[in-house]
Amino acid sequence: MERDPAVFVYGISINSHSRVFGTTAGLVEQFGKERCFETPISEETMLGFGLGASINGLRPIHVHLRVDFLILAMNQLLNMVSNYNYATAGKVKIPLVIRAIVGRGWGQGSQHSKSLHSYFAHIPGLKVVLPTTPYDAKGLLISSIRDNNPVVFIEHRWLYWAEADVPEDPYTIPLGEGNILRSGKDITIVATSWMNVEALKAAEILKRKADVDVEIVDPRTIAPLNDDLIITSVKKTGHCLVADNDWVHCGFGAEVAARVSEKCFGYLKSPVKRIGWEHTPCPTVRVLENKFYSNAETIIRLVESILQLPSADLSNEDFYSHEKHFMGPF
Amino acid sequence: MNKELSLDLYKKLFLVRRAEEYIVKHYPENEMKCPMHMSMGQEAISVGVCAALKPEDQVFASYRSHAAFLAKTEDTDLFFAELYGRATGTAQGKSGSMHLAAPNQGYMYSSGIVASCIPLAVGAAYANKYLMKPQVACVFLGDGALDTGAFWESLNVASLMALPALFIVEDNGYAVNTPVDARQSFKDLVDIARSFGCNAWKSDSTDVEVIYSLTVNAIKLSRMIGKPSLLHFKCYRYLEHVGIHEDFNMGYRTRNEYLDWYKRDPITLQRNRLSRMGYRDGELERIEGSINAKIETSIIKAKETHHPKPEELYRGVFYENNLL
Repeated sequence: MERDPAVFVYGISINSHSRVFGTTAGLVEQFGKERCFETPISEETMLGFGLGASINGLRPIHVHLRVDFLILAMNQLLNMVSNYNYATAGKVKIPLVIRAIVGRGWGQGSQHSKSLHSYFAHIPGLKVVLPTTPYDAKGLLISSIRDNNPVVFIEHRWLYWAEADVPEDPYTIPLGEGNILRSGKDITIVATSWMNVEALKAAEILKRKADVDVEIVDPRTIAPLNDDLIITSVKKTGHCLVADNDWVHCGFGAEVAARVSEKCFGYLKSPVKRIGWEHTPCPTVRVLENKFYSNAETIIRLVESILQLPSADLSNEDFYSHEKHFMGPF
Repeated sequence: MNKELSLDLYKKLFLVRRAEEYIVKHYPENEMKCPMHMSMGQEAISVGVCAALKPEDQVFASYRSHAAFLAKTEDTDLFFAELYGRATGTAQGKSGSMHLAAPNQGYMYSSGIVASCIPLAVGAAYANKYLMKPQVACVFLGDGALDTGAFWESLNVASLMALPALFIVEDNGYAVNTPVDARQSFKDLVDIARSFGCNAWKSDSTDVEVIYSLTVNAIKLSRMIGKPSLLHFKCYRYLEHVGIHEDFNMGYRTRNEYLDWYKRDPITLQRNRLSRMGYRDGELERIEGSINAKIETSIIKAKETHHPKPEELYRGVFYENNLL
């Protein structure tokens, strides 16, 4: 925003006390209400507003406190934003970033927890980005803001607690490039968003317990999807597991599985496996929510089954619990 | 109103009407293969409003946009090339009639989904205000759009943020074939719009000069007090909702209703005015002849131009020269 006065941020309640989990902290103070403003609860209109502002020379960042709320604007996203370039022969810049947050845990329930990235990635004309690490979050967000195309930027709320050293100065990470989060030779895990955290935990335990070297590929951008890293990795390991932070049916994992099957057929030593959310609405109560989501333990058990390893004793392992960080109210 | 302006308005009215009459003539040849939502009967609104706009002002519209597109751009070459699906069209035929766009001529977009362009005009108005550009963002919408949430949200946002947006309601009384009184419980849009803090006027005139003057005043007031304006115009669609035929045998409206409106046909009204002003028939026929020739030339040029190359399918999904 300092670099380019055309950038502005807007959305429902973005200047309220929590400042969108801290992500808009200080903006209204530094840039004023003209460049950081709250809107009526009019998701569809305000997304069309962003398209109108972007084709007129501004760089809007439209913030949605939940992906579930962005769904109110699907008409604008799918019928207007994604088509506008095609209707103008690719001659108009649409530097529009749509940030949308995935809620989870402590009773988020069925309307505050969706991710739906495959839903957005299905639509030509949209870019879809899901950062996991702090370094990626900064570099990918800056790239998205500077991109001249609409970008849906999906942020998992739990990742706001991640800590790592990040360069002070602005930097970019090209959209459409994946990242090897962990190198290994025995099995490839392709993970999205929060599931990278679970995959890293699973990999650490698998190394310790079974001397299995997991390779984790984070595609980071799923539209456009550059599958080079995935294909190279699976050709090396011969096994592929997709851990997606979403429902499995018709999801991103199916896309990866299809590509791996097309491009690594002769290299595969086992069928591609997919994990994600159970095919139900997200329940509110914790005991059912625990069953709804996959986690590091799910990954470990599946890797053991793929590699035909005995089940390790995990009774003393410390798996991730959001309640270490978060006790409500939203 | 001076003589030149009156003539200019007539030329535009005639251009729009005649362009659609040529569509009616050629459509059965099955070379323009896309749904057509014809403006015929409603032309005075687009022509009057667009004449009141400056070249740098911006227009958004719905799928019933032939009149708005031609009134804003007068570019019959681009128009027919797109309808014929040729490489010289607005999007090389990828848009057709429903998604016309010529942003470099201030004609920003047409949407095939009711009301969907309204928020764009509000955002465009925000950018214009933010960048201190004096231009107006104008959006044409039908009475069907008044049924949608997007319209009311946009009216609220534009009023709340005091944005230089101009809402032009073309109320032809039917959403597809469903009459207004079966869809809307409110009676007076202008009263409601004013209660939002939006300047608002209504008229059932088919006189292009009345519409022009109302629009000039609306824009002037919007600029002066920094609020959006809404103009609610009653009008009549001569042809079926989509397609080139009459539909008075469909049961939802009568030929007599049409004949009542046709007595006030906007093209005839303006031509009669020109006659009263002293323009001779021969003079007007010469002008009409040259407009006919322009349209015929555009159609011939379109037909002679090649269709898009197959690889064109993939172009334009994203912006061509991407990063800053």
